[in-house]
Amino acid sequence: MTTSVHQLDDGAWLSVNDARRINVSDLWWLARHDFCDCEMADFLAEGFVEIGVDHPNIEGRIAGQCIECGESGVTDWLTLGRVVDPDAGTFLGVVPDSVHVPERRRRLASPSE
Amino acid sequence: MPSKVEGWKDDVYGMEVRDHLYRFAEEGWSAIPEDEHDAWFERFKWWGLYHQRKGQESYFMMRIGTPNGRMSPEQLRVIGEIADEYARGPVDNPEFGGAYCDWTTRQSVQLHWIQLQDVPEIFDTLEAHDLSTMQACGDSWRNIVGSPVAGRDAKEHIDAWPVIKNLNDTFKGDEEHANLPRKWKVAVTGDTRGSGQAEINDLGFEPATKEIDGEEVAGFNVVVGGGLSRKEPRFARDIDVFVTEQEVPDVAGGLSTLFRDHGDRDDRFNARIKFLVDEWGPQKLRRVLQEDYVDFELRSAGEDLRDQYTYNSGRNDETGDYVGVHEQKDGDYFVGLSVLVGRMGAEDVIELADLAEEYGSEMVGLTQRQNIIVADIAEEDLDDFLDEDLLEYYSPDPHPFLRGSIACTGTEFCSLSIVETKNRMVRYGRWLKDNVALPDGIDDFHVHLSGCTASCAQPQIADISLRGMKTRKDGEPVEAFDIGLGGGLGENPQFADWVEMRVAADEVPGYIRNLLEIYDERSEDDESFREFIARHDEDDLNGLAEPEETSYDDPYMGNTKMTWYPYAEETDMDAAPTPSPADD
Repeated sequence: MTTSVHQLDDGAWLSVNDARRINVSDLWWLARHDFCDCEMADFLAEGFVEIGVDHPNIEGRIAGQCIECGESGVTDWLTLGRVVDPDAGTFLGVVPDSVHVPERRRRLASPSE
Repeated sequence: MPSKVEGWKDDVYGMEVRDHLYRFAEEGWSAIPEDEHDAWFERFKWWGLYHQRKGQESYFMMRIGTPNGRMSPEQLRVIGEIADEYARGPVDNPEFGGAYCDWTTRQSVQLHWIQLQDVPEIFDTLEAHDLSTMQACGDSWRNIVGSPVAGRDAKEHIDAWPVIKNLNDTFKGDEEHANLPRKWKVAVTGDTRGSGQAEINDLGFEPATKEIDGEEVAGFNVVVGGGLSRKEPRFARDIDVFVTEQEVPDVAGGLSTLFRDHGDRDDRFNARIKFLVDEWGPQKLRRVLQEDYVDFELRSAGEDLRDQYTYNSGRNDETGDYVGVHEQKDGDYFVGLSVLVGRMGAEDVIELADLAEEYGSEMVGLTQRQNIIVADIAEEDLDDFLDEDLLEYYSPDPHPFLRGSIACTGTEFCSLSIVETKNRMVRYGRWLKDNVALPDGIDDFHVHLSGCTASCAQPQIADISLRGMKTRKDGEPVEAFDIGLGGGLGENPQFADWVEMRVAADEVPGYIRNLLEIYDERSEDDESFREFIARHDEDDLNGLAEPEETSYDDPYMGNTKMTWYPYAEETDMDAAPTPSPADD
């Protein structure tokens, strides 16, 4: 089946197949990033800005700030999780407080919500 | 390309959503197809229902729009009774109990833990008493705000109640204005207090006078494109238009239609009219309004009355917030009662409605400072009314730290919030009252606590602005706040400067205490707190006072968003008793 992904409620959460999978307000460790000057950004997710798909991964750009240095803005693309069984719609989300490496987008994302 | 939400709205939106709501109420929660949850929850907003956050599936917040915040005592009682019967969750709130009403910063009512199965009965009861949830949320005309005591208040330029009632009756339910690109918030200020806070609305009518054909005419200046959300605060822009009372609907309708036609439906983050005003500028907005949306010649703006504004103005000579005893035009009195963080237990709501009726009141009103007013108390009854037990807690003469506190919904129910808000603000208020000496000259001190950048508690326009954040303490993530200073409305509206970032939540009361000590030492003459802050530049304000741990104890320091409900015994998401089995 087709996997439906989008952000909703002013970017409060990522919806995958109409289930709320990832919320704002978590802290994400970002490595090898351009978000701020910190070697590891201690990034507070305040709102999902854009959601895209890089099969089989669900990716997103998140607005927020590094609570170490205070820099605020929008991240490059972060892997938010993976649809491991498209037929059943099974989604495994990443663990926000593990380490993430944002990447510049390689192709066009779906239109923002 | 229109956003996904626009696609859902194209399929079903507005009035017709009600039939589907009733069908789901009849068939049960599981009748909503799982792959249509997001679309239906988006549509339900139009009828005032907002699905509560993760962990609380199948429960809804219900918003009842009360134009101008006005109700009869009977309507207030009905709302209290509905809260008592239907707004009960699986777990009580430790500060407020099992059933309560929230008075919002836009003069509406919010109830929580509402289940779909109960919606038809609730709607029947509301509508039998001329109350409605219609368009309380969603992309259309929201609750119209202004002075609840319009027509009674002595400090009045124009009685704005007929104007607001007319706008409400004209545009609520009008299909032409039912599906806008985004929410449409309208304020009409008829008093000289500035209590409509038109500056922070999409469309505002501000009191003004203009000479027309040699006569001084009372009316309104029109401002467009205000709003506080998403770190993009804007004061509404003056579009250089004066209107009479009679012209208000034509201009309001013209602007709503202009927004419908030209607002951004591709990107919801860019959809509010404040961004269209940014893009076009006020001159172009006025020109397009004139050319395409009204059929009479618009006048240039009149003389405003801003120098008289006292509402949330930071003045030391007068507090315009309605709290206390005020004489009405007709010789009766209205009494403004302080409701800490705007939350009132259902039993107290019913008791207040009974009291209001007993004393012959024909109107109770909600204010944008989350307080409640009881109007029409006869002079000879006033002392008895003020002696009523209920007014010991909901006081007409509250301590300034309690009087000035506002808080949004927070992580208790809201998806966007980063921190716990209402219970924490209650604890802040009480600690400040018990532990901080009030400097001379402070009768009114505004602390607005918002859980996130959506800014529902209007944090940018307060003496102390608190915006939810996170920080680390001993390596562990804890709830925190960015602290801003110097915001407020009045003659010269000003957004707060954000001066202390990521202050752990348990160090905020110490910061406020330390800052007030500095104000007490250094303020000059009759300088108000806001004037004192305005005298300093941003560099001086950074580090002016230090955050500090004190005897204040904060039980919500951990990540309340990770819980299904922050006050439950078992807080893990896995322990959530949802969806409610009663709903199938």
